[in-house]
Amino acid sequence: MGGFDHGPAEDRTFQPAHISARNARYGLVLFLIYLAFYAGFVLINTFRPQWMDVVPAAGVNLAIWYGFALIVVALLLALVYGHLCRGRAGDDEVPASLSQGGSPSGPTTEAKP
Amino acid sequence: MSHSTSPLSVGVFAVFVLITLGLSVYLGRRTRGAKGYFAAGGQIPWFVNGVAFAGDYLSAASFLGICGMIAFYGYDGFLYSIGYLAGWVVALFVVAEPLRRLGKYTFADALDARFQSRGIKLAAAISTLAVSIFYLIPQMVGAGVLIQPLLGLPHWAGVVIVGAVVVIIVVTAGMASTTWVQFLKGSLLLIFSTVLTILILNRGFRVNDDPAALEPQTVVQTAGGERLINGSATGQLRPVGDVVKLPGDVKETGPVGPLEFFSVISQSEIVLWGNSTTTDDQGTKTITYQPEVTPGEEVLRPGKSPTFRGIRGDALYPKIDFLSLMLALFCGTASLPHILIRYYTVKDETAARKSTVVGIATIGFFYVLTLYMGLGAMTSGAIDVSDTNMAAPLLARTFGEALFAIISAIAFTTVLGTVAGLIVASSGAVVHDLISAVSAKPFTDHEKVRLGKIAAAGVGVVAIILGILFQDFNVSFLVGWAFSVAASANLPALVMLLFWKRTTWQGITAAILVGMASSLAWILLSGDSFSKIYGLPAENALVPFSQPGIVTIPLGFVVLIVVSLLTQPKR
Repeated sequence: MGGFDHGPAEDRTFQPAHISARNARYGLVLFLIYLAFYAGFVLINTFRPQWMDVVPAAGVNLAIWYGFALIVVALLLALVYGHLCRGRAGDDEVPASLSQGGSPSGPTTEAKP
Repeated sequence: MSHSTSPLSVGVFAVFVLITLGLSVYLGRRTRGAKGYFAAGGQIPWFVNGVAFAGDYLSAASFLGICGMIAFYGYDGFLYSIGYLAGWVVALFVVAEPLRRLGKYTFADALDARFQSRGIKLAAAISTLAVSIFYLIPQMVGAGVLIQPLLGLPHWAGVVIVGAVVVIIVVTAGMASTTWVQFLKGSLLLIFSTVLTILILNRGFRVNDDPAALEPQTVVQTAGGERLINGSATGQLRPVGDVVKLPGDVKETGPVGPLEFFSVISQSEIVLWGNSTTTDDQGTKTITYQPEVTPGEEVLRPGKSPTFRGIRGDALYPKIDFLSLMLALFCGTASLPHILIRYYTVKDETAARKSTVVGIATIGFFYVLTLYMGLGAMTSGAIDVSDTNMAAPLLARTFGEALFAIISAIAFTTVLGTVAGLIVASSGAVVHDLISAVSAKPFTDHEKVRLGKIAAAGVGVVAIILGILFQDFNVSFLVGWAFSVAASANLPALVMLLFWKRTTWQGITAAILVGMASSLAWILLSGDSFSKIYGLPAENALVPFSQPGIVTIPLGFVVLIVVSLLTQPKR
């Protein structure tokens, strides 16, 4: 089992700078999407806590739906990020725009567990 | 409420410790050099690292503290679950890849990669030690609190056992053994939390219509040392956690689905317990536990606990306090040194990214389960009204001694895993940042490992002493301090280094020191410290609310920007 060997590793070459820059841009967009979703939850709790009592579906209130959604959406965005950053044929070219990072993740903010 | 010692839980715990130590000794023979000792050679498979993130991160505060808070106050404990998990988004999207690329052993490495400055190393080392010590104290005290009811040993014994076992784990193979212990602990915690949740759903709810369930309980402690529980010297507190009414007035529900679980609670009535303490002229102290029949829908919404009651009021400062805490939890995770060094144990950025995704999946799943386990304990009829931390193990006991033994032993292992990570982070900071910054000559690989082992033993001894000294304090809030200080000191430096080209070493050093000092000062002058540490009225506090993050995190950014602009290199 290779993972049990903890000798000094050889010096590694890390990914090219433009790939790092591309990943950082994807990360920033996904971060902002999640930040907005999280801020919404915190602000509703702070200034309109009674909204959390609304029961949108299945006899379960918004507090629980939103709380679970924050966990599930974190995972979905993480998977989207992993998918966007995977090694692929076009890695030698710098991606054209940020919009590739934004659009596939947009609908997931609506996801419910 | 006394808990009989379970020989089975002693046995299970002993087996866990033996496996852990055996693994450490085995890995110790295979670990070579500073890279091997401090970063497991960068050879940990990403999946193992991801689960080890869970083992590192899910401390006793997460498992016992959050479940206990939900069991006593409902939804409010889950707010911590949400905040703790949300912080991982910052770790993945902003920090993971650059950190892996820039650093080698410590968090200071990454900050200092561009500058080679002693100032940054010193400042980052001090902040690493401060944050890690704050985080260590509640873990060590938790070990002492756990060992009393579980193994029947005194508090200090629990602290010493945990301290000794962890020092052995760390000294034998450093980050390698720490990682595998955390992987083991993370896996066990997830598996048995899932088992517990399935059992809770399968059991459903049952009404307790015994009128005795609604009688108040008292603990009277006279100045002469006499102790009366519920009016009798040999009395014991009744176990609590009762449902008094279910929807449709049925007596029991049978198995419920994962969403039905909540809809049933929202239409039920549940007994929650408040407590008050009075002391009379003769010095007799009376603690009264008062039952309160509560509509289930109130249990499932935020704002029931003393901590978060303020969000349902009109006053502004309690609301800002809540915002400040949620901000610190969000920003704190990606600033915790013992979490950040885990990025050096994998081979490259891709592995760092993948392991964080696994971390989010496992940690998120666990936090979803905390709501089921906490509410399951609330309605289990088995919790100790005087001890919120025991809710999860006592819930397990309602499903049999074997599960109680396993859950208790896992709770203990939880402390081991987290403390090991903290000690590796602190000793790494001492050797690579603190000593290297002040020493004239560079160390050889061999010397670094030896110094690391000495530092680990030293931090272990400090942790044991603090764990004993802080025995009588309510220490769970120290984890909150650690998040606030980490976020205020470390996050501005980390983020600006990555996103602002004009950042200078002076700016980073100043931001770390000011962020750390201001958040600490704010905490020490806050109402929480006044009431919980100094025993003074919270109204006398010198700052308007207790959580510093909303002031001191932006302050860190401002200081970094101003100092960097003032110290731009001449072109």
